[in-house]
Amino acid sequence: MKTLFSNARLIDPEGGSDAPGWLLVQGQTILASGTDAPPAAETVIDCAGQCLAPGIVDIGVKVCEPGERHKESFRSAGLAAAAGGVTTMVTRPDTAPAIDTPEVLEFVTRRAREAAPVRIRPMAALTKGREGREMVEIGFLQDAGAVAFTDGDRVVENTKVLSRAMTYARSLNALVIAHPQDPGLTAGACATSGKFASLRGLPAVSPMAERMALDRDMALVEMTGVKYHADQVTTARALPALERAKNNGRDVTAGVSIHHLTLNELDVGDYRTFFKVKPPLRAETDRVALVQAVASGLIDVISSMHTPQDEESKRLPYEEAASGAVGLETLLPAALRLYHAEAITLPQLWRALSLNPARRLGLDGGRLAPGAPADLVLFDADAPFVLDRFTLRSKSKNTPFDGARMQGRVLGTWVAGARVFDGG
Amino acid sequence: MSFRARHLLGIEPLKPEAIRTILDLSEQYVALNRATHKTSDVLAGLTQINMFFENSTRTQASFEIAGKRLGADVMNMAMQASSIKKGETLIDTALTLNAMHPDLLVVRHPHSGAVNLLAEKVNCAVLNAGDGRHEHPTQALLDALTIRRAKGRIQRLTVAICGDIAHSRVARSNILLLGKMENRVRLIGPPTLIPARAADLGVEVYGDMKEGLEGADVVMMLRLQKERMDGGFIPSEREYYHRFGLDAEKLAHAKEDAIVMHPGPMNRGVEIDGTLADDINRSVIQEQVEMGVAVRMAAMELLARNLREARAAGDGTYV
Repeated sequence: MKTLFSNARLIDPEGGSDAPGWLLVQGQTILASGTDAPPAAETVIDCAGQCLAPGIVDIGVKVCEPGERHKESFRSAGLAAAAGGVTTMVTRPDTAPAIDTPEVLEFVTRRAREAAPVRIRPMAALTKGREGREMVEIGFLQDAGAVAFTDGDRVVENTKVLSRAMTYARSLNALVIAHPQDPGLTAGACATSGKFASLRGLPAVSPMAERMALDRDMALVEMTGVKYHADQVTTARALPALERAKNNGRDVTAGVSIHHLTLNELDVGDYRTFFKVKPPLRAETDRVALVQAVASGLIDVISSMHTPQDEESKRLPYEEAASGAVGLETLLPAALRLYHAEAITLPQLWRALSLNPARRLGLDGGRLAPGAPADLVLFDADAPFVLDRFTLRSKSKNTPFDGARMQGRVLGTWVAGARVFDGG
Repeated sequence: MSFRARHLLGIEPLKPEAIRTILDLSEQYVALNRATHKTSDVLAGLTQINMFFENSTRTQASFEIAGKRLGADVMNMAMQASSIKKGETLIDTALTLNAMHPDLLVVRHPHSGAVNLLAEKVNCAVLNAGDGRHEHPTQALLDALTIRRAKGRIQRLTVAICGDIAHSRVARSNILLLGKMENRVRLIGPPTLIPARAADLGVEVYGDMKEGLEGADVVMMLRLQKERMDGGFIPSEREYYHRFGLDAEKLAHAKEDAIVMHPGPMNRGVEIDGTLADDINRSVIQEQVEMGVAVRMAAMELLARNLREARAAGDGTYV
């Protein structure tokens, strides 16, 4: 059973190309692609010149199972992902209880298999209960399918605990993902220090807290040789530390959330809690530096940092309100803002959305090459729309893009050759 | 009439003319408050609810007296003791109160922005009586009135604000108001108590009190919260008093006729010398309290006027 995607604009992050062509899928995998006359196939999908790219691999999606299914379930998150062109959700372990034993992880993979239309690769906690005291059963959890180990937005403060966990993880070639924010400076803060936070009277943290934590982690990486990924680098000041580590040959990568690439601290305006994320939104100069770092490849991965929160936890005074924003369905149109602003090309964008995250986790996707899984997204990069948050498929509607003008509509999503979303 | 706003949530959105309107009207109430017959019927028939989510004696009393002298039905709610403790959210509390059809809500809350949030959910006029470290607009207005009466003007003055600026809503509202009225504002304090990027707010920052007071027309002292005294932000009370407490020697660097202000309650011997605070030739601290009632009466009259006009014009959001 072959399917031909004809008349497409192929976005290939691996080859760095953005050109007209066709793509042939057989069963669950990509068979071939080309620019010449397309071969025959049982099914032909005319892409009408629209963009065809590898599906997005989103590292750091919070699905609130177990514990808070009223905020998001595997079913609702999976539908949102499919509608957003995300074909692999790499899920976070910061649930209640935390995903820190093989038993809980098995529950999660079973629920995911039953309920979600897209691929789910779970991450597990690095320390038991994410408490920063004892490492989890990294070996067992790896066997059960954990693709990376992270305590989410909790920082392991005790460097002895962290260095041991890293040393142990190194022996199993496991990836450790950390949230580089100095816990002391960050305590109690909900804004980035500067004129805006001072005027609004919000407790704020210096952007230096990120560089300090990244510097510490880089020293530990040098000491232990672990495979390390920073979940979010969000300030210009942290970039030289990252660059230095990479130049010194450390096995280090870094991500950034789409919100830090497209919004800045001023968007919080009159205490709008849907813009409260962790780390807090930064200055415009930081945002610009981050976009450049993604274009240059210094920052490897863009993710949605999808964090569902219900209305009750957001309808509070800013300091008391919960952090986080949903992003599965808005990741693609928000990322296209960078393309429309001519800050980045589509292959560069897809390198960060798809190819790099897949590679970092040892997954096969993120490519259009023969033999790669047929995880694809077909989208109109230009189609304009105004986002209405109540149209989102997530159970929680806490998006900062409510009412925003956006461009980019997903026309279709395929996972392992099967269509999981039809937006045409 | 150039005060057309529905709420008084802060100084930030006010134009200079609006500030002048409030101050001019306040003058009338200063006279009324000094008369034997102190009441008027400007707010007759209106219900004023004072919701204080944070302890306050002085401000709450000032708002209560202001409302009663204008003929409003005033109710005080000590929110710390009420349903908030039972887990009710701020918005639910607001909606519950809203259903009782108040006309003026006077709100103080420990979190920045909480009063703005509440104002979005109710159909009446909301007056911010202090939210977190954000704003305390009536304090800045009463300070402006006090300065204007003492100095004859509220522009082209050099005003030094001293102490815990970082945690002070009084300082923020004053910085904004004094800036809008074209004064020179100086902030004086230890760097741990000065907000980040303070210079971007259009002020000059001094770490030395004598330098900062040089040539000042107005010296505004701020209260240092007890919980900030021990090692967290400053090393000790006595070192703070030595370097940043106002005494006659430091005040000698300001202009000869400089006035001394304090929003109260004072920590005598911590941020201000007791004798200086009582010196009627320099200290206008008692006058500030008096102006507080007058300014709040003026602000409430203007808000009530806007409320009545909007309702008469059929603005459904006010009902």
